[in-house]
Amino acid sequence: MSLTATSSGLRHTVWVLRGNLVTAIAAAAAILLALVAIFGPMLVPYDPVASDVPRALQPPSALHWAGTDQLGRDVFSRLVVATRLDLAIAVTAVSVSFVIGAVIGSLCGYVGGKLDRAVGRFVDVLMAFPLFVLAMAMVAALGNRVENIVIATAIINLPFYIRFARAEVNIRRNLGWVEAARACGDGHVSVVLRFLLPNVLPAMAVQMSLNLGWAILNAAGLSFIGLGVKPPTPEWGIMVAEGARFISTGRWWLVSFPGLALMLAVLCFNLLGDGLRDILDPRMRT
Amino acid sequence: MGTIGATLIRAGRRFLSSLPALFGVLVFTFLLMRVLPGDPAVFFASGPSAGNEEIEVVRKQLGLDRSLPEQLVIYLHDVGRGNLGRSMMTGQPVAKDLRQRLPASLELTLTALVIALIAAVPLGVLAALRPNSLIDHSVRLFCSLGVCVPTFVSGLLLIYVFYYLLGLAPDPTGRIDVFASVPPARTGFLMVDFLLAGDVEGWWAAARQLMLPAFTMALFVIAPLARITRASMLVSLGSDFVRTARSVGLSRWQIVVTYALRNAILPVITIAGIVFSTMLGANVLVEKVFSWPGVASYALDALLVSDYAPVQGFVLLMASIFVAVNLLVDVLYGIADPRATVA
Repeated sequence: MSLTATSSGLRHTVWVLRGNLVTAIAAAAAILLALVAIFGPMLVPYDPVASDVPRALQPPSALHWAGTDQLGRDVFSRLVVATRLDLAIAVTAVSVSFVIGAVIGSLCGYVGGKLDRAVGRFVDVLMAFPLFVLAMAMVAALGNRVENIVIATAIINLPFYIRFARAEVNIRRNLGWVEAARACGDGHVSVVLRFLLPNVLPAMAVQMSLNLGWAILNAAGLSFIGLGVKPPTPEWGIMVAEGARFISTGRWWLVSFPGLALMLAVLCFNLLGDGLRDILDPRMRT
Repeated sequence: MGTIGATLIRAGRRFLSSLPALFGVLVFTFLLMRVLPGDPAVFFASGPSAGNEEIEVVRKQLGLDRSLPEQLVIYLHDVGRGNLGRSMMTGQPVAKDLRQRLPASLELTLTALVIALIAAVPLGVLAALRPNSLIDHSVRLFCSLGVCVPTFVSGLLLIYVFYYLLGLAPDPTGRIDVFASVPPARTGFLMVDFLLAGDVEGWWAAARQLMLPAFTMALFVIAPLARITRASMLVSLGSDFVRTARSVGLSRWQIVVTYALRNAILPVITIAGIVFSTMLGANVLVEKVFSWPGVASYALDALLVSDYAPVQGFVLLMASIFVAVNLLVDVLYGIADPRATVA
């Protein structure tokens, strides 16, 4: 890509961001989340797993900003430390799904025939399950570990990427410039990798940002029902699960703060995804 | 007659085309549960201290000593006869357990869907009638926030507000107070059974118990429903036939409801099918939060003691319901839009 194209793309981005305050805020929040995930564990005021039973179940105060849980652990420190794990699960799962889905989908769209039909059947079977139930069954089957939450979340995301990449490649495979590439002596692999994929990736990246929020909710849901992450590891879903026992006696902070963290993270990725779509695909603007 | 016939043919054709997916679901569930960790034979032979002989007997009893393809054929045969295996946790056939508990889950999910539709369609219509107004922006804000709050968090917060703070809701565990008398189970749907028994007080108690979980689940799906209603209403309101209807002087109500909404409802029906799938998943979380005695909490309990037959049965049941709902959506689509049946 030439320098002018890059700088005009950048200028376009800045222009869109200036006109779209919400996306700018979402982008800033995403960066902030990433910083918290990287540096948070070094900055927290308390050890996230050290219990201090005499101080158990204290409401938020100047000492403990988000109160303490049933073992006297500082909820704020646990929230901050949990950011890394929650984001890592979602980002890894969505990236794995993105890469595998892009490759399989574009192969199907380009080659067609038997491979396409076989993959199509497989995708149909996956989509016949309610996806959260499928993820739950997979974590149960593969073993109750964090890696398996990542694998399960990646698999339930896969159908969307496969279908997306397949459709996008399929409508382009016989276009003039692809024919031209073939006529110039480019092999099939090279046509797919150098000409077709780059055209499909931007739209898929938008999908990825939108899916991140969904992946976060899924992973937190799984650990809420006791799959994957094990206590005492700080994780937002588990913190809500542990706080659930105390909600009917009015200990609201144990559920609200991790809930708020989940909500803000998901909101941030959703808004960012919408904004990215506006930047990359002006036709979809609503 | 012609339309009904066409609808039936369409439904039949759709059913046939969903059979391969259903078969795939069966194989998938089978394989999934075969790789489950832990040896169920050891688990069910009175614990880890059981002798090798005893374990072998249980293994034979469960059919675990045969090859995988053999086991698959046996499994398919069993499912065909409605035999989903036996739960070691309850000591009952899984099919019986599921049948007993399914009405509780369906009552919850369907109530939630109705609440969501009643809330979402008017919200979407209002937003579409005045684009970029205060109403439109509030609906959009509500929708953006609604999809971000996990069901288990909103459920717990509703408990905090309505049970702890306001004292309006009953103790948020189960379908009915443990000491309350339960009506004879005719349908399994408590709300219906209480009505059949003529017990108004009991009906009210059960309804109050149902409200919080149902609203929790509805909150999660109002957003996609309202959003699609708005988008589809905008298209429909901007179309030529609405302009014509307006020009011949029809009342505003008639234009919006009879002409615009009726034409805008198709995408809403389609999305409702997808939303139902999300709800079957959310059901697991909501049943856990409210200790709702449905199929999902049954499967979760079984999962924690590695009793795999109930989990397998549950996953299969959910997938079958989803396939059936998709079929229903397709048929509804044909009824709502007669053009679709011609193709």
